[in-house]
Amino acid sequence: MLETFIIIFLATLFYLAIANRMRNYIRILIYQGVLLFLVAAFHLKEFNVFNLIVILLETIVFKAIAVPYCIERIIRHNNITRETEPFLPNFVSLLITAGIVVGAVLLSGSIDDMILDKFFFVGAISAIFTGLYLIVSRRKILTHVVGYCVIENGVFILSLAVGNEMPAMVNLGVMLDIFASVFILGIFANKIGDVFHDVDIDSLSKLKD
Amino acid sequence: MITAIYLAAVVCIFIGLALSRSRILSDILGVLFLGVQTMLTVHAFLNPGVTELGYFTYDAFGLILLLTLSIIAFPALLHSRIYLTKPMATPSSAAAYNASCVLLIAAMTMGYLANHAAVTWIFTEITTLSAAVLIYHHRSKLALEATWKYVFVCAISICFVFVGILFISLALLHDGCSTLFYSDLMAHKATLNGFWMRLGFLFIFAGFTAKLGLFPMFTAGVDAKDKAPAPAGALLASALMNLGFCGIARIYASISGTPVGEWARMVMLVSALITLFIATIYMARIKNVKRMLAYSGIEHMSVVTLGLCFGKAGFVAAMLHMVMHTFVKSGLFFHFTQLWRQYSSKMIDDMGDYLKLNPFGALVLLFGFVSIAAVPPSGLFFSELLVFKAMIAEGSWWVFVLTAFLLTVLLWAFARSMFRIIFLPAAKPVEKIKISAWESVSQLILFALAAYIGFNPPAFLLNLIEQAAAMIL
Repeated sequence: MLETFIIIFLATLFYLAIANRMRNYIRILIYQGVLLFLVAAFHLKEFNVFNLIVILLETIVFKAIAVPYCIERIIRHNNITRETEPFLPNFVSLLITAGIVVGAVLLSGSIDDMILDKFFFVGAISAIFTGLYLIVSRRKILTHVVGYCVIENGVFILSLAVGNEMPAMVNLGVMLDIFASVFILGIFANKIGDVFHDVDIDSLSKLKD
Repeated sequence: MITAIYLAAVVCIFIGLALSRSRILSDILGVLFLGVQTMLTVHAFLNPGVTELGYFTYDAFGLILLLTLSIIAFPALLHSRIYLTKPMATPSSAAAYNASCVLLIAAMTMGYLANHAAVTWIFTEITTLSAAVLIYHHRSKLALEATWKYVFVCAISICFVFVGILFISLALLHDGCSTLFYSDLMAHKATLNGFWMRLGFLFIFAGFTAKLGLFPMFTAGVDAKDKAPAPAGALLASALMNLGFCGIARIYASISGTPVGEWARMVMLVSALITLFIATIYMARIKNVKRMLAYSGIEHMSVVTLGLCFGKAGFVAAMLHMVMHTFVKSGLFFHFTQLWRQYSSKMIDDMGDYLKLNPFGALVLLFGFVSIAAVPPSGLFFSELLVFKAMIAEGSWWVFVLTAFLLTVLLWAFARSMFRIIFLPAAKPVEKIKISAWESVSQLILFALAAYIGFNPPAFLLNLIEQAAAMIL
């Protein structure tokens, strides 16, 4: 069951690579939040009830509802265009994402590990690097934020992998999530959108030597 | 116990400063904070090796970093006060500045002393948040750009560090250990799983380079030091970089001497050399004084990292270099506020004739330049020499040649800009602004302190460094 969820999660990464509309990005973030909720619910067996509820709430309320809603609002509020404006054609993006996933699978081949499920490893590493790829290959700053959220989802999967042995790490991951996302989205919603009206990285390239 | 009092006091002072709209109250709270910081430092030195609250240990490595931070905290708050009055900042922006400055210093303090990988990580995250407020002090478009870049890059880097910690926790779990204290890592040093440690080190190193100012994540830090008010920039360019080094060195200590350690050494070596190369290139075409100082910080941190790569002798040299660099670099940033008031510009092209306009300040700046350039009588000269000696002792001639060459080019570029400011006539006439000589005294003390440590390192400092070096094989 867990494997199925992680494979669907990997599929969302491919969708991310070829999505043309900002709305699709938001939808993917929602899907990923729900998937992480399911993975956490099925995987974390040795958690006490209260802690488990906090983590499940975090995935469903924060990852799947609050963050996407926030991004959606920023788009409407600042009249950001719907196009994602990649630097590279979608086909190339798809190839690169495939390359990342294959690389992660190959890397996982060298692991001989009783504790870590390889599926978790592949899912996490693929998400982290796809998120990074998204950040370097898209023009809009808001897509950078989406890329960051994908990285965080990857990190969350990885923290789930050791979650049963080290519950504190999952809590720390949740803390990182909330702390950093709120901060980044907060700056974005309150400042960047108001000061720079047409928000792509060209308007943030004044600082240089 | 004292750590708990310190933390409680810092929280109270932080809230007080954030709410305070009166200058006098802010001053009192600032002095109170310096008192608490001194109390913690003295207490830590009286109780070396003691662990408090479970997660904070006064070990030799942490003590050295804590002492340097506590010393520059005094001039940092003093110059912040001057900065906020010339011109007068609005009460609310002054409150935000003061509160986040105190939070930054306290977070760095706890980060140095943390004996647990995740605790270091948490306090590093807090430094990002407080630094962001400092960088955004001027509320301008450029400040916003710098803040956004800094927060975003640091958020990614902090994610990387977290991933690295997860990998290391996997390695520890294999050895049946489910906590992440540095002492656990040291205890299981011989048996830790190589694959996970390699991956863990790589991610942790890449993550902490955002703070340390090394390739690949150094860029955001340069913008941040450029846009932050100079007294805050002084903290970002010295003590905060040390926190990055602290995070890396503590993890490296747990793998040094093993095959993974050899591999990690190569990673650091390559990163440091690339950084040095980049710093040299930018230094040669730099136009902005603050960015010049930021790149010089990157250069010195790559020298420090190179030291870390060359065994115990290198580590001792690296620590000395780092301590002296902290004093000198923060002094130069403190001096920048006077340059700014004189010329109302950061651009080297707008400056000149500083020796005539502010004779005492110019002499102090010249002393600072000689110190940071690591030319005798600078203290940094001796530590750089020790780093080179460590390289040659291990037979790494090519690293030595490359480093020496890059440092020479960098010195030329740096000197060209500095001499232009101090000696050459300005491009357009500049009106003389009256600046009190007292404002330069703190920098003079810091530069002299660095020179003193270089010529005649105090026995207790050498002792501490030797103890800290015991963790590196």
